[in-house]
This record gives sequence, structure tokens and C-alpha cells, in this order.
Amino acid sequence: MYVIIAGAGKVGRNLARELIAKEHEVTVIESSRPTYLANEEEFEHAIQYGDATELWVLERAGIQRADLVIAVTGDDEDNILVCQVAKEKYLCDRIIARVNNPRNHDHFRLLGIQPAVSATDLILRLIEHEVPRYGLVHLLALEEERLEIIELEVTADAPVVGERVSDIALPEGSLIISVLRGGAGFVPKADTTIEAGDEVLLVLDPGLEEAITTFFAPNGHAATL
Amino acid sequence: MFVLIVGAGRLGSAVAKTALAAGHEVSVLDQDPLSHERLDAGQTQSWEDSGGQFTVGTALEMEALIQAGIERAEVFIASTSGDNTNLVIAQIAQKRFGVAQAVVRVMDPARADWYREQGLHTISPTKHAIEMFESAIQPQAA
Repeated sequence: MYVIIAGAGKVGRNLARELIAKEHEVTVIESSRPTYLANEEEFEHAIQYGDATELWVLERAGIQRADLVIAVTGDDEDNILVCQVAKEKYLCDRIIARVNNPRNHDHFRLLGIQPAVSATDLILRLIEHEVPRYGLVHLLALEEERLEIIELEVTADAPVVGERVSDIALPEGSLIISVLRGGAGFVPKADTTIEAGDEVLLVLDPGLEEAITTFFAPNGHAATL
Repeated sequence: MFVLIVGAGRLGSAVAKTALAAGHEVSVLDQDPLSHERLDAGQTQSWEDSGGQFTVGTALEMEALIQAGIERAEVFIASTSGDNTNLVIAQIAQKRFGVAQAVVRVMDPARADWYREQGLHTISPTKHAIEMFESAIQPQAA
């Protein structure tokens, strides 16, 4: 795979190292001369000096044959531009953008720059995963596929406690895919009985979180992202 | 017309003054409070006394854009010093706020050309300067 990475900061550099170790072809583009020089010895021909938002710089790096473009500069507008141009002008199939300021996440979404990854959001999700009192945790959102995977801790007063999976009338568009009990996980069968304290993983259509919560944690709070 | 200008440097402040003098309602958004002085310079009364509006904030902040009146803007001018900032906020103005006309300053002629093909009204001062320099060094037509 040929990967172009815009930005040779900590994120860009480490991504490049990992991808090169996995035997992918990589070009890092860095617009700061001192940063470029500091990394030239390590990356040799795999790093180029230039502003990745300039079309000729992208073309010099061979964007026409890139399989993946990753924009991880410290500037959100630059990351949006690089990805927008890669996707719409050079018809690159796959892009990944870094969101520096989580408040800009909506802008990335509005302009079709997906996936857009924000360190703040990732850490927030981890916190929710580590703090069970939130009740509901978003584990994965597959936006293209319009599916989500969530985790819920079953509270003692939940209507499903003592019920068999086949008797729980979950809303259309949701499915229990796994139960974590006593430190071990298993895939439930139709006759599995749900117990208080179980952690239940569900796959569901977006928007069903509130309805699902009433089944498993009626007094829990849905985590807001 | 209601004109919102983001970025009041030499270009933005000059266009703002002209638009106000022509009788338009003009709102200016700039992250630097000192830009306000550029709007007052050479005028007999202050920008606000002349009917202008000024908001301090950065262009990507929704609150700042809304405070500056983007929801009722008919014309949006992106004239900050950053090409990429201008291109991004002009698209936000069109796609999120439905502003009818967005005019974008893009110094880089290549980016200006491509985004014009995509439907943005881009103006590249560099391109105009290149053309003027080119014609200045042409031998005069007889």
C-alpha cells in the first residue's frame, strides 16, 4: 500500500515508522524546514519538504497513486484541505484526518472528511469504558454502515434480570452479541439468562440507545459524546 | 444587503469600508482586536458610529460566526491571511448556514482554480498580480 502522511509531528512520525515496519511505502510531507531536517536522516527518501496543502507538493509526492492519505498536522484547516483535495481532486479512496480541536469535529463531518480522529474523543471514550457508572458505553460507531456497538452494565432493577435472551423483546434493529460475566465473555444463546451485574454488548442501529437503556439499566445515564 | 467579512487585514478592512459607504449592512469578524483600528483609520467617526459591526473571534468558532450574524448574511467574504482557513469557512458558510454568496481570498492560484471549479467564488490576488507583472514586462504594442 502507498501511504502519504501530511505532518511529521509525533503522530505522523510514529505512524510512518509503523507503516514502514509493516513494509508499506510511505511519504511524509513536512512544511517546517527544521522539523524536516531533524527527520531527514531517519526517513531519507520517505520524507519530503513542502506544504501538503499545495497541489504541486502533493503531486510531487505521487498522490495520484496513493492508496491512503493521512493528514495529521497540528492545523485542522490544513488537515481538512489535504483530505478534501486528496478525495475529490485526486480520487484517493481512503483518507484519515486528525482533529486537533474537538470542537472542529462537526466541520470535518460537514465537509465529508471521515474518518476524523480526535485524541480528546478517544480518551473520553476510554474514560467512559473505565467508569461503569455511566451505564452505557459507545464502543464503536460504524458511521458508513450505520451501526453502533455499545456496552451496558445490567442493573439490579432492570426488567431483563432473570429473563432468557429469547424472551427479551428488544427493539427492531438491535441484537445482544456478547455477555461479560465474572471476568469472562461469551456469546449468549437463546436460553441464556441475563443476570444483574452482567456487562452486555449490543449491536444496534444508531438512535436506539435510549430505548435499549430502559431494558438493561433503567436508571442509568446514557453517555453523551 | 448584509455582508459578513471574516478577516480584517488590508483587504478585508478596505472592502468593509467600501461596502458600508455603499449603504450595505456590514459585520466584521477578526481574532485580533487591533484590526478594529484599521477600520477606524482615516475615518471621521468610529466604525460603530458609522453603522458597522465588529466581533472578536476566530473564524472556526460557531458562536463567533453566529454572533457576527452569519445566519442572516447574504454575502460572506473570507479574507483571513490563511488560504485553507478561508476555503474551509466559506464552505461552512455555504453548507451549514446556506449563505447565498461566498467570496474567498486564496493567495495560491492553483488552489483558487480548483476550488472555483468546485463552485466556490475564489479570488486570487497573486494571480492578478502575476498577470499585471507579465503585462508590465511585455513590449508595448505599437
